[in-house]
Amino acid sequence: MAEQTLIAPITELRRSPAAHLAAEFAAAEVAGPYSVALREVPFQTMVGLRVAPGTDAARRVEERLGTALPARCGEVAQGADSSVLWLGPDEFLAVSSADPAHATAHLVEALGGDPGSVVDLSANRTTFELKGTAARDVLEKGCPLGLHPRAFAVGSAYATQLGPVPILLWKTGSDSWEIFPRASFADYLGRWLLDAMREFHAAP
Amino acid sequence: MILISCPNCGPRDETEFHYGGQAHVAYPEDPYALTDEEWGRYLFYRENPKGLFAERWVHSGGCRKWFNAIRDTTTYRIAAVYRMGETQPSLVSGEKTGEKIAGGAK
Ligand SMILES: [Zn+2]
Repeated sequence: MAEQTLIAPITELRRSPAAHLAAEFAAAEVAGPYSVALREVPFQTMVGLRVAPGTDAARRVEERLGTALPARCGEVAQGADSSVLWLGPDEFLAVSSADPAHATAHLVEALGGDPGSVVDLSANRTTFELKGTAARDVLEKGCPLGLHPRAFAVGSAYATQLGPVPILLWKTGSDSWEIFPRASFADYLGRWLLDAMREFHAAP
Repeated sequence: MILISCPNCGPRDETEFHYGGQAHVAYPEDPYALTDEEWGRYLFYRENPKGLFAERWVHSGGCRKWFNAIRDTTTYRIAAVYRMGETQPSLVSGEKTGEKIAGGAK
């Protein structure tokens, strides 16, 4: 009994990097024509994957993922239970809600002894979800990439910056974005976003 | 702010990149055979042309890959980018490094 109470709650005890901002995020939500809402999506599973496309190892990894690896900058491949973001010509990030240990072990097995790496990076970044008709206006205050739908299609993801913070930016819907900052930037970026959202409270 | 076209990611702000100095400086075949002066020249001596210059850049804020760029040191205009391992475009091989390309200055 004693052992169970020690071991079982470990995942329940963890705190996400922006957990302390949850109430402020909720209070900052704006409704109406210039809507915008921010929340943290804690503990997404992220597996960093390095393998050279076109190799036998890549083919085994692709079979395990259930999709071909994304081939170019911005592309996100939809696998059986994960989305695979392009980070570089031989570097990818598999994002899912699967168990991180299992997701990593499966891909380690697929890579085998070939050159490359599979690393559980789930704790490296957290996720902010920014939604609403004004979400793009908020991001445009500090992102150097073109965010117009013509340049940034739904379903694509890019490495970029928000303010001074390096992020991965994934457009998950016409008015919804996922932002992946590194954990140590979560507090700063959370407050940066709260500040950027503030003007829309006053909108008619 | 200048835009630099990463061969993998397309045009991005220069702040996403870091500079790596002169491109195509080959590692000596047999470093032990070099005199101290030759080794010193390999380590520390670089061209400093006025005009076209083949350079290494890394896209640290994006794909994190190194590539080569031919930049005009007087205008900052980047005349070509090419991947590591690709041969230098004929743009420069036909002209002397240090010579401006037509229309480069604005
Ligand atoms: Zn790049």
